[in-house]
Amino acid sequence: MLIYDIVIIGGGPAGLAAALAAKEKGIEQILILERDCELGGILNQCIHSGFGLHIFEEELTGPEYALRYIEKIEAFKIEYRLNTMVVDICADKRVTTMSQADGMCVLQAKAIVLAMGCRERPRGTLHIPGFRPAGIYSAGTAQKLVNMNGFMPGKEVVILGSGDIGLIMARRMTLEGAKVKVVAELMAKSGGLQRNIVQCLEDYGIPLRLQTTVVEIHGKEHITGVTLACVDEAGRVIDSTREYVSCDTLLLSVGLIPENELSLKMGVKLDMRTNGPVLNDKYETNISGVFACGNVHHVHDLVDDVSKEAEKAGTYAAMYVKGGA
Amino acid sequence: MEKKNLICIACPLGCALVIVVENSAVLSVTGQKCPRGEHYAIKEITNPTRIVTTTVTLIGGDIERLPVKTESEIPKDKIYDCVRALKGIAVKTPVYVGDVIVENIVDTGVDIVATNTKRTRTSG
Amino acid sequence: MYDVIVIGAGISGSTTARELSRYQLKICVVEKAEDVCCGTSKANSGIVHAGYDARAGSLMAKLNVQGNQMMEAASKELDFPFERIGSLVICCAKADIPVLQRLYAQGKANGVQGLEILGKEAVMAMEPNITAEVVAALYAPTAGIVCPFTMNIAYAENAFENGVEFRFHTEVKKIQKVEDLFEIETTKGLLQAKCVVNAAGVYADRIHHMLSAEPMRITPRRGEYLLLDKTAGAHVSKTIFALPGKFGKGVLVTPTTHGNLLVGPTAVDIIDKEGTDTTAEGLARLRKQGGDHVRNIPMEKVITSFAGLRAHEDGHEFMIAAAKDCENLIDCGGIASPGLSSAPAIGKMVAEIVVEKLSPRFNTQFYGRRKGILSPARLSYADRDTLIRENPMYSNIVCRCEMISEGEVVDAIRRSLGATTLDGIKRRVRVGSGRCQAGFCTPKTMEILSRELGVRMEEIKKSGSDAQMILGKNKEWL
Repeated sequence: MLIYDIVIIGGGPAGLAAALAAKEKGIEQILILERDCELGGILNQCIHSGFGLHIFEEELTGPEYALRYIEKIEAFKIEYRLNTMVVDICADKRVTTMSQADGMCVLQAKAIVLAMGCRERPRGTLHIPGFRPAGIYSAGTAQKLVNMNGFMPGKEVVILGSGDIGLIMARRMTLEGAKVKVVAELMAKSGGLQRNIVQCLEDYGIPLRLQTTVVEIHGKEHITGVTLACVDEAGRVIDSTREYVSCDTLLLSVGLIPENELSLKMGVKLDMRTNGPVLNDKYETNISGVFACGNVHHVHDLVDDVSKEAEKAGTYAAMYVKGGA
Repeated sequence: MEKKNLICIACPLGCALVIVVENSAVLSVTGQKCPRGEHYAIKEITNPTRIVTTTVTLIGGDIERLPVKTESEIPKDKIYDCVRALKGIAVKTPVYVGDVIVENIVDTGVDIVATNTKRTRTSG
Repeated sequence: MYDVIVIGAGISGSTTARELSRYQLKICVVEKAEDVCCGTSKANSGIVHAGYDARAGSLMAKLNVQGNQMMEAASKELDFPFERIGSLVICCAKADIPVLQRLYAQGKANGVQGLEILGKEAVMAMEPNITAEVVAALYAPTAGIVCPFTMNIAYAENAFENGVEFRFHTEVKKIQKVEDLFEIETTKGLLQAKCVVNAAGVYADRIHHMLSAEPMRITPRRGEYLLLDKTAGAHVSKTIFALPGKFGKGVLVTPTTHGNLLVGPTAVDIIDKEGTDTTAEGLARLRKQGGDHVRNIPMEKVITSFAGLRAHEDGHEFMIAAAKDCENLIDCGGIASPGLSSAPAIGKMVAEIVVEKLSPRFNTQFYGRRKGILSPARLSYADRDTLIRENPMYSNIVCRCEMISEGEVVDAIRRSLGATTLDGIKRRVRVGSGRCQAGFCTPKTMEILSRELGVRMEEIKKSGSDAQMILGKNKEWL
């Protein structure tokens, strides 16, 4: 069985920064496991600019930001495996992976860094009544289709949720030829950055309606419209404000959830509030030698902060390995 | 004399700027936490510009699109002309980050450059 | 010209077709949707009822108990998930104990084995999350859960393998009897048959009245459900019912064969036979009422909601018989709950009626076994390793939540009566039915469908003909 000092689960911004930090602390046997066909994680589909102002003091796009780290990973000859799914991690830090290249493979790690990122909240959690037609996407799925595959979910778009991905997708859909009719936000304030409201909505005349939500989805096979309504301070729908808006696409940007299925399976304790692992001041979980960082820990607004946190986690993982525990 | 309120988009802080303008000239900018705020305010009032990011068709790679951007900001009113001009543009692998894809897009003097490195697909 | 045309590829039509394929008959199943299992059969509780609910002496009681008894063998023969987990009917008031006793007696009369009335302690020991107000419960150890999609698909696939033809996107518009033959006008042209089986679900009354004057009225009774994440799947270990009321068996809480937790259904009679939309009231009621007899249901773990229509007949009885005023029209209507539980017996009974009419010879080529889609997750790591080396597609995970590989998706598309839509794949291999609800897998599944079916991405549908997933390419409309 192959033995590594540190195995990093996930080759997105957190995993990459953790690997580099551990390498800089002198750890030799590092392995990054990535389920996708390239390193960089979700940054590869975030083609807009705005990343790296803190770390690189310039404004980079997602792929450019990722590439800065990937080039260093290559330069330091840190080992990584692509198209590799982690199937299971045991509390004794044995990692089972699956890939075309290696089949089912078991590795032993001295330390593990969990860097699996997060996923989007789906429609089902919102209890929006109606049919379940085609044309409803989470914003990140639409982002992948548009930015990586070059396909448009539709022409007339309503976006529910004004998190940053929702705002960014409003601009992306507009610049690819769709009409974004409205961005509806349940809360009294957008969850996205002010700059994104300016440069993604106001620049294109897209209305942002606060304290407004989708109360009904219309269309049986394909979505044909939504009913919007205002909500009061207590979040109750005000029926007199119901308004039909026709659309062929509904994008949902209603929150992100840390992806901790593997962590749970191996016995890592989670914080029920953030859905991320409970960490000590060394970014270590309740299992000694198992660390976590980035959006698997808690959802960050800025990738720069993910990288900084991951650097620390990678450093502590290196110290753990060197401590000979 | 006229007062204008803007949100600075230079960084994620999003400072609320107050700009005093007279005859299209900026007299003063307040509210910014760094010098980029003043720079942004003056440009936004006199000649608003933006970085444009989009994709072009990629041939021979693992995915079908290559992300690109305007190497620097272009006038805001040229954004649609810029993306329209990129319709139908296709690039073959390999492409490296920073490679010029289209020179001087819609006469802005700004080049469209690749924002990712894409090598030729090796398998299936 | 066919010997038999079965209208509807739901569970009743599919079990009937499969049982008929034991004979030398030219059989065709016509279905208005794009796939099997698209109506009532796809949106229900997935419960195999023990058989104490239906009135003693009714056809419903008889077929439920028979179907329940046949289920285990059928699930092995046709390779679909079925677990006999047992059920409890919870009684929370001393005054209601007689109702429980009546159910017990009815069950006994219906031939249900192993029924017991349990006291509070025994119930709480069995199910710690039952409300503390429980005073007694009816325990039915023979009740179970089944995967309704796989069961329906399995029967249809086996029918197909044994020579039954299936025509999709084929809606019956009009039927006439010309001498001894039925002329069936469909959206895909005219078909002829000696015998018609009406298994049209909520539309069974309309089909029936194209040929018969005997009364039949099917009312769509909407049932809404909440599906919870697998991390909530162990909240109860058995199917938990409330005491039955006017609108049926009430809201139940049950684990599913895939380890999720299901809460539902509501029961509201509606007019629209296509009204499978959820409602604000229904969903709100479930969130609130779901906890009436089961405590602390983690409603924050709801991953999706859906609604189905029960084909409720006025007398709440299965209408399985040859029409008296139309020779060779066999109705299979009113198949509301416990229709799924009864399905193996329904198929057998309908087939027997047809056989009596047409006196066919046995199909000696009949092969009753069907192999399901291989699930690598159930293999040992060593076997999975061998499988991946034989077929690398089994290493490529498409659906991360349910850990479904490209190999399984391709199997779902390429096999008999294979999937042609995203929903079809979802029903066959659960891609997109996990906690992210198709967030990650959608683009990947679309690419595989496009490749396997040889169609453009723009032609990929979620379900029926108007359900395109994407409407154009980047910059196309600029």
